[in-house]
Formats: sequence, structure tokens, C-alpha cells
Amino acid sequence: MARVRRALTDVPRAETPDEVPVERAYHRVHGDRTAAESVDLLAEHLADYRAIVHRVDAPSLPALIARLLADRGATGVAVPPGLPASWLSAVPDSVRRVPDTAELTPHDLDAVSSVVTACAVAVAETGTVVLDAAPDQGRRRITLVPDHHVCVIRVPDQVVDSVPQALERLDPTRPLTWISGPSATSDIELDRVEGVHGPRTLEVILTGPETAGRS
Amino acid sequence: MPSFPRAADASTRNTQLRANLRHATHTIRAKRATAVAELDDWSRLRAAGAAIKDRTLRHLDHYLERLESAVTAAGGHVHWAADAEEANRIVTELVQATGEREVVKVKSMATQEIGLNSALATAGITAYETDLAELIVQLGDDLPSHILVPAIHRNRGEIRDIFAERMAQWGRPAPEGLTDAPADLAEAARLHLREKFLNAKVGISGANFMVAETGTLVVVESEGNGRMCLTLPETLISVVGIEKVVPTFQDLEVFLQLLPRSSTAERMNPYTSTWTGTTDEDGPRAFHLVLLDNGRTDTLADTVGRQALRCIRCSACLNVCPVYERAGGHAYGSAYPGPIGAILTPQLRGTGSEVDASLPYASSLCGACYEVCPVAIDIPEVLVHLRERVVEGGPASVRGTRTVIKPAKGHAAERAAMRAARWTLDHPRVLRTGQRLASRTRRFHPRRLPGPGRAWSDTRELPRVPEESFRDWWQRTRGESRTEGRKTT
Repeated sequence: MARVRRALTDVPRAETPDEVPVERAYHRVHGDRTAAESVDLLAEHLADYRAIVHRVDAPSLPALIARLLADRGATGVAVPPGLPASWLSAVPDSVRRVPDTAELTPHDLDAVSSVVTACAVAVAETGTVVLDAAPDQGRRRITLVPDHHVCVIRVPDQVVDSVPQALERLDPTRPLTWISGPSATSDIELDRVEGVHGPRTLEVILTGPETAGRS
Repeated sequence: MPSFPRAADASTRNTQLRANLRHATHTIRAKRATAVAELDDWSRLRAAGAAIKDRTLRHLDHYLERLESAVTAAGGHVHWAADAEEANRIVTELVQATGEREVVKVKSMATQEIGLNSALATAGITAYETDLAELIVQLGDDLPSHILVPAIHRNRGEIRDIFAERMAQWGRPAPEGLTDAPADLAEAARLHLREKFLNAKVGISGANFMVAETGTLVVVESEGNGRMCLTLPETLISVVGIEKVVPTFQDLEVFLQLLPRSSTAERMNPYTSTWTGTTDEDGPRAFHLVLLDNGRTDTLADTVGRQALRCIRCSACLNVCPVYERAGGHAYGSAYPGPIGAILTPQLRGTGSEVDASLPYASSLCGACYEVCPVAIDIPEVLVHLRERVVEGGPASVRGTRTVIKPAKGHAAERAAMRAARWTLDHPRVLRTGQRLASRTRRFHPRRLPGPGRAWSDTRELPRVPEESFRDWWQRTRGESRTEGRKTT
């Protein structure tokens, strides 16, 4: 720290950090959209980075989740402690429920093929969902080790347009995971390959009153 | 380590390397331009990014103190490392204290810079690189050659051979009959590394940003290997340069827009993780932050060169640099290649060695790097400044002490020439006489220089001396015509 101070002898002693100007002339949001348009943009940008997007009204949500798990041949599903019980109500009992608990080891999770979570907020401009480890999302690891992540976004409430708007809604003291499409690499001749270490498939369900009839 | 010109002399003859680099840099360059064009306030974001970093750097002591107390309050431990050796010792001791002999690593420029892996190896600890490109580099006993895509110099066939031959020595072997399809290679890496992730007790990372206000660390990545290392192990050790601090959580709104678009040309990278100290039952139980100086305060002390510490390691400057595109990353002789490396490395390490003294010259000063830099680092300005330091010496901070450094060795001829030039230009009569003399003897001039100048003229045509100097020509034509003109009008 003494070295840092010695290096800054050109800075007047009386100067405070706030006196160094930072002009925030950038936009809080790019463009002017209705809530519905923001949801559309979110869907478009999620799909751009190869997330699979579904739209469904609230009553049809359990059936859709059950179908997505069945399509993947899921034998087990990791379940955050605060996930609404109704969401998995249509999933047959033959699919093992693996509750997210402290005892769950990485090896245990590796044997689970799918996970279903809610999210904290989603960003339309970037096609991003943010998880903040709230009870309906569970610990960070459960959305990482299984190969198939189904993430439910309540629209339009949980959708914001921009990164600045998303940060305003988030609590920095919680561990945050921002997810934009499935795991990907471009390390081999810049060919994009999905699913190196994280989930190979990200399915996003947009659910809410105005999604009725548009699934 | 050879000087840049000698290293580049070898690498530019490698046509495979040049083809790989050309393809890669042109591809990312085009994509980046599209991603940036989506935001009509890009120049304002860029200005804000530069301003936030400048504010932080001017008051780095203040923000580092805040960061330390915030991290500590959130359950983390903060360690200070003045140089690479101290950082390596701290990390080694922290790993030894866990009783583990293996660690998993997130791709990190800081640990690359300090040579952490070999320091750990000396202590009998194996560090596994888990980023796909870093894995390719590690298995191939190779060095990274690009900040973002370290194995950019390798093509798929080479990667297949490296995996097939070397994976078994490090853990799970490559599958039989591995092809060179990128998807197959990525799958082989997935299987090879998954057993490492599931068993790892210690993870080591860097960080893209540290928030002073909250003690929050941020890692931006694509593959998920970062998330694996940050959340599955019991102990997490992050080695981060002191310049990575930003004042507030809100400031991330600028950098999370600037970084992905500049770097991978995406609206947002697939995964960003943030953590603040430790969280009960979610992620590591112990978190250590090692704050690394290693030449950063020396860089900070230089009011021109300080701006290099704004760098957010996006690598956009590499992808537009005509010199990098032809010479490749290894020629720069450090963890930081390309234009940013050419100004960062000689400041972090000083200009004492041959390679470091040559780096400020590893540029055509075309300025493309400045144009694309998301935090507006004037790389050409710093290059010229460092060239002066190499040739002339002068005041600088070395390992925390203000000193006057001597000119670098090997630049004696250049220095002599510059001094002679200055003297001549200060004496116009001598200059005129000299120019006339040169013109009259022009047919006796050699096409190549003799003696110490020979190497210089190996790669250059000597300029032909004109029949008449510009000054004489001006005097003869304009000088007279102007007087004539006055007469006629």
C-alpha cells in the first residue's frame, strides 16, 4: 500500500476520488420498447445463442416441463428447495427428484441429467438470465453439473431491457450467475461448440399472462 | 528470451501459423465490429470505462483499502504480494495448508504472468488448466499465444494429436479413434476434465473485476470451467492484479457491456460469475484473495504509462494489429502479447532485458489498437514514450523506488544517431552543407550499410539521396518564383 501511495505522488493530496470526473453519458437502455417487445427481444437474443425458447401460459407450465424432461429421457431432476411444487406436478414419479441440499456432492449431481429452476432477472438486450441462488434457483452448482437446464422466467415482471437495469435489481452480496446461452467454446479454430463443461442444453420457458396462446 | 525482432523473424516464416492467425484475427475483428455497432452509445460507454478506471487508478490506495475491508467482512482473507515470487509463495502455502496436491485452475492472465504453475510444480503440487485452450497449451508443453484464445496458433489436427498422445499422462485418456472435429475434441476435454472438477478440493482463479464497495469478484467466461472451479472446491484462491478494482457494483454496467463485445464479439459471454466472500453451503468454505503488484505500482508511477493499467484484457488490440497477425503471440516473450503486451510487459518488468527493451518497437504505430480499445488506452502514445525510455533512459519507478535508469544496451548506435541528428538540426548551416555534400556524392553511396548498420539494412532499402535537397529546391523554385510573382502582380 505504501508503494501504491508513492506511485501516486502526482495526485494532489487534497483530491478526493469523487473529484475525478466520470461522465455517464451512455444510455440506461438502448431503444424504447413496450414490455411485450422486450420479452420478444429477449426470446430472439436467447435463441441467437442457441438457447431453446418456449412460451407458455401459467396453467400449461407443468405439462411443458414434464414434456421437456421426457424428451430428454431424464431419469432424475435436481430440484431447488423453493421451486413452486406445481411446476413438477406433471412429471411422473419415475423421474427421481434430487433435492438441492448441503449433502449433495458433485458426484451425486453428475448422476442427475436435468435441473429445473426459476431465475432472478432476465436481460433482453443481451439474451441473459441471471440466477441469484434464491430458494427457487438453488445453489450455483445445481445449474452447472447436470447437462440439461430448464429455466423458467416470469414475464414480463422478471424481464428488464438492459445490463444497467439488471444490476439495479440485483444484490451484490448474493452469488450471481449470468447465463447467456448454453456453455460454449470457440477455442478450436474459432468453431463454436456448445457444451464443454456446463449444461449442453439450455431451455428457457417464458411464462406469464400475456404468453397465452403463443407457445 | 530473444528480442522481438529475432523471435518474429522465426515466427513470420511459419506459414501455418500465419494462416491460422490471419483467419482467426480477421474473423473476430469482423464479428466485433458488428457487435459494437449494435450499441449506438459505444463511444460514451468507452469514455465512461476509461474515466472509471482513471478515477480508480488515481485513488488506488483508497479503493484497495475499501476492497480489503469488504472482502474481509464477507468472510474472505486478503493477502498482498509485491512480486511474482511472493505471490507464488503465498499460493503454495495456502494450498499446502489444505493438505492437497492437486488444484484446478480457471484461465487467468495473472497466474500466467507470475508462472504459478511451475512454482506449484516445484512444491509438488499439480495445477490442472481447465479452459479448453489452456488445456491444449498445457498438454502440448506449449505457451499461450493470445489473451482470449491462447491456443489460436494450433489447428484441429495438431490438437487431436496432442490430446491422443498426452491426455493419458495427465488423467483420463482421450477416447479411442478421436477425430479432429471440434465437437469431438471438446467432448474429449469434457470427459478428461470432469473427473478433475468432481474431485477438486482447491480451485485457483483470477478475476476480471473486483468491486471495492462490496468486495465482489467477477469472472467472465464461456465454457463453464470457471464456474466449476469457483463453486465445487472447498477452497478458492484468487490471484488478481491490484488494477482490477472498480469502485462500485454499478460500475459493472459499463464493463459488462464493453468487455464481451470487444472480446468475443458477443452481446454477452455465456457465463459470468460473481461472488462476495463466502456463502453458507454454496461454493467454497474458504476464500483467499491474493492482491498482486508485480510491477503495477511502477507502471502506476508513470503518468504516461499509467493508462495501460486500464486494460480489461479483452484482446481486441491483438486482433487488429498487423504486427501481431504476422509475428504471433510467442514472439512477445510474455503472458501479454500484441499491442497491449508491447506496452504492459516493459512497464511491469522494466526495460532491462533484451526482449523487454525491444517490445516498444514491436509496432508500426498504425493506431488501430487505440481505435478498438474499449477503455481508450492510447497504445501508440505509450509506445513512443517507452521507446524514449529505452533509448534515452531517464526517471522511472523500479520495484517501488524512484530512480534514473540508463539507456538500454544495444541502442547505442540509435542514441548516437539521434544525438547527431538533434545537433545537426540545431545548426542549419551544417545541415545545408551536409545535404549538398550528400547530393554531390550520391552515386558513390552504398545500397547497404557497412559495419553495425548492416543488420538494419538487411531488411530495408536504403533511401536514395535526391539530386537536390528540399531546402535547395525550395530556394530555387518557390524562393525565386515568389519574388518574381510579386514583381508581376
